[in-house]
Amino acid sequence: MAFDHLLFLGALLFCIGLFVVVTRKNAIMVLIGIELMLNAANINLIAFSSFDPNALQGQIFSLFIITVAAAEAAVGLSIVVKVYKYFQTADLDKINELKG
Amino acid sequence: MELNDIIFYIFGAITALSALYIMLTKNILYAAFALILTFIGVAGIYVFLGAEFIAVTQILVYVGGILILLVFGIMLTNRLSGKKVISSAYNKIMGFIVAGGLFAILLKGILEANFSALGWIDKSKFSDSSIPAFGLTLMTDYVLVFEIIGVLLLLALIGAVRIAGNVRKEGEDGV
Repeated sequence: MAFDHLLFLGALLFCIGLFVVVTRKNAIMVLIGIELMLNAANINLIAFSSFDPNALQGQIFSLFIITVAAAEAAVGLSIVVKVYKYFQTADLDKINELKG
Repeated sequence: MELNDIIFYIFGAITALSALYIMLTKNILYAAFALILTFIGVAGIYVFLGAEFIAVTQILVYVGGILILLVFGIMLTNRLSGKKVISSAYNKIMGFIVAGGLFAILLKGILEANFSALGWIDKSKFSDSSIPAFGLTLMTDYVLVFEIIGVLLLLALIGAVRIAGNVRKEGEDGV
């Protein structure tokens, strides 16, 4: 397993996530793209950490990233559900009022 | 090529192909299911990199938690009256330029940096199972961050329930 191929995979996942975030208008799809980008960051952290048998900072930071991703998904989805209840749509372009 | 490498590349292919499927499909529900495959592929790669604990956490948290939340979110934010849950892509060309350009830059950077030539990267040895060392490090050097991240998770979950739940006015309690 070549080390560069891991980094290529991370870059590919990050760019796919960026594409999904930029081009989709549904809020759920944007959240899916963000999860892909967070996973790409995790792959890079663990790839570099695997050469470091003692300190393992990379694995620990990826654990924190997973936790923050879980928190972000929970809060983000609850906001999306609430916004859908008010606007009757999850299309990010149609949600254009601040004060409800 | 050893068996290890073949399985590793299979997991990598699963990850890359399902991520590409997420990019190309219009159906949000299919995208969520493809995301499961992506997460499982990434977890397999973690196992090969000697991070078994992270692999199990990945499956527990992402597949067991976040994916369920996403599917519930899809269910609650669409009128599921027989038609498919479609979200087509907009500004595809500009998005492709931005994402493809970034990918080209990253690819060039990785190739130029030539990480395999660095001194501390020993290609022959990927570290073995590291769960005891991982637990020791987490509970000694990083114990404060560990506790803080637990409090953050608790706060986020309480906040999510508070935001999504129905707010009951105080005066209506007695009625």
